[in-house]
Amino acid sequence: MNANGKTPLVEIRGLHKTYNEGLPNAEEVLHGIDLVIQPGEFTALIGPSGSGKSTLLNILGLLESASGGSYRLGGRDVTAFGDDERTLARHEVLGFIFQFHHLLPAFSAAENIMLPGLIGRSRAVVQSDLRERAMELLDAVGLREACDKKPTELSGGMQQRVAIARALVHGPQLVLADEPTGNLDTHTSDSIFELLRRFNRDFGTALLIVTHDPRLAARCDRIVELVDGRIADDRANQRSS
Amino acid sequence: MNALGFELTVALRFLREGRMQTALIIGGAAIGVAVIFFITAVLTGVQGDLIKRVTGAQPHIVIKPPEEIVAPLIAGSADGSRLASIQARPQRLTTIDGWPALARNTEMTDGVVAVAPVATGSALGIKGEASRSVVIVGTDLERYLRVVRLDEKVKSGALLLETGDALIGIELAKDLGAVLGDRFRVQSALGNSEVFRIRALLDLGSRELNRRYVYTDLRAAQSLLGIPGRITNLDVAVNDIMRAEIVSAQLRAQSGQLIESWIQTNNQVFAAIKNQDIMTLLIRFFITVVVALGIASVLVVSVVQKRKEIGILRAIGATRRQMLGVFLLQGGIVGVGGALLGSVLGMMLVSLFSRILRNAEGQALFSLSFDFRLIAYVVVGAAVLGLMAAVLPARNAARLDPAQAIRG
Repeated sequence: MNANGKTPLVEIRGLHKTYNEGLPNAEEVLHGIDLVIQPGEFTALIGPSGSGKSTLLNILGLLESASGGSYRLGGRDVTAFGDDERTLARHEVLGFIFQFHHLLPAFSAAENIMLPGLIGRSRAVVQSDLRERAMELLDAVGLREACDKKPTELSGGMQQRVAIARALVHGPQLVLADEPTGNLDTHTSDSIFELLRRFNRDFGTALLIVTHDPRLAARCDRIVELVDGRIADDRANQRSS
Repeated sequence: MNALGFELTVALRFLREGRMQTALIIGGAAIGVAVIFFITAVLTGVQGDLIKRVTGAQPHIVIKPPEEIVAPLIAGSADGSRLASIQARPQRLTTIDGWPALARNTEMTDGVVAVAPVATGSALGIKGEASRSVVIVGTDLERYLRVVRLDEKVKSGALLLETGDALIGIELAKDLGAVLGDRFRVQSALGNSEVFRIRALLDLGSRELNRRYVYTDLRAAQSLLGIPGRITNLDVAVNDIMRAEIVSAQLRAQSGQLIESWIQTNNQVFAAIKNQDIMTLLIRFFITVVVALGIASVLVVSVVQKRKEIGILRAIGATRRQMLGVFLLQGGIVGVGGALLGSVLGMMLVSLFSRILRNAEGQALFSLSFDFRLIAYVVVGAAVLGLMAAVLPARNAARLDPAQAIRG
């Protein structure tokens, strides 16, 4: 519980990360991070290369574990979770958008979106509902026509829209996006950002976007800046759209 | 794509995506299975032919009375003198005492399928001027047919043995100048003689047998040989001809009779067959190993190629176990696919070569039989093999660290 009575979505205290722990080439990349993210927050994570952004994102995404400190996700202490528990938590609470789209080339656009639901078939929706939900999302990202196309038949911007739809299909509370517009042109990049913004508004999904693009960061509600594995700045953004 | 479940869906898609790899490895597995299929068929055919040729009209096991031995009256005296030589005595026609009980016991022994009483001995076959030495085999035809398939050996005539009927070898008929329906006389060493009508001509598989054998009913043979109500052997059939010696050993332990299996009487043939079995077993084993290594190597490469995709699937919530399942299933599917294709290919090979490979008589050495049990066995075996071959690559896939895999 914090001051305004809500359980924070993410609560990180004194987080450390050291690679190659115990070896001569050990390297600490995160030196005691404290970070709290509220449900529905729209946050940019910025910082120079090598500042530890990706590592922090991976730890938040339960893809890597921290070397020290604590992590509470959705009110649960996930610090000591084993692989299966982390996998389940990823599936239930988190969505991922990667820089290079990362769709599965063997599956059509609609099927890529259905994949998370298929993985958790025992606890997820009925399959026909899954297809329906995928089509709704494709509609929402403006790609209903492309539902049966393979990723290779889609442009970069279209692929990223599909990836966004996939990240949202099972209603995650937090979507982690690593340079989601990184290799897209300005125009496409804008429309992708708009899409994320819209989902944040419509579904109340919290987003944490790692970006190099100051223009993009400037349009988020909150900007967290990481320098050399420490949080150098954390400010609310008044000018955000 | 939904009904199949996550693992199977992804496994099938991955296989379809790697079209060339999948085709190659299924092709490889298919060729392996086809070769195994083919050599099994050829071996079964060749050995069957050989055994048939060798055993001919022999039963699998013959139970005879014990040989009479000479017991020296002087066992070696106090002064150390010994008998210089002991002359083996000529064997009289001996009979089995209490044979009905022995036959019943034998029938109940594990592995025995049929037992027939036989009175056999030598005699002369006489027709007009011609006389030939013959072997009289007197038996109960109905029981004997379950021991030796005389019905498969009939060249002409009908398989009937009533009083006064005889079935004789084709060469003997030629030698006696007799044809089907003719009568001829059989005279034993005791001087007893009887007239028989030739009911059928038999081809017993070898010249020697064809020129000597005369089958009659039991009673006629008994009276000819002067052993009314008694028999000289019990002929036995077993369910697995290759295990005849094991059954013999069991029978030997049960009775004091002399027991000879076809394996004993045809020692060298049996050894040759055993060696063949071992050779083909080795060949099959190594083909299996090669196929398994092929499947494993393709999957190892596939796991490396699909690192990123595995990483994404893990990130969006696929468990280690699910990834393990995806790759194990790929191995299993490739195995089953290869086995089905290989079975078809193998049958084509068998059908082709059954026209080319022939035995001395010009008959096909083996026949194309759709042995569904063999196919089912091969398919299940290949599935298990595929799964086993996939264990290592699947574990690699399951162990991939998703963060690293996605990073590239």
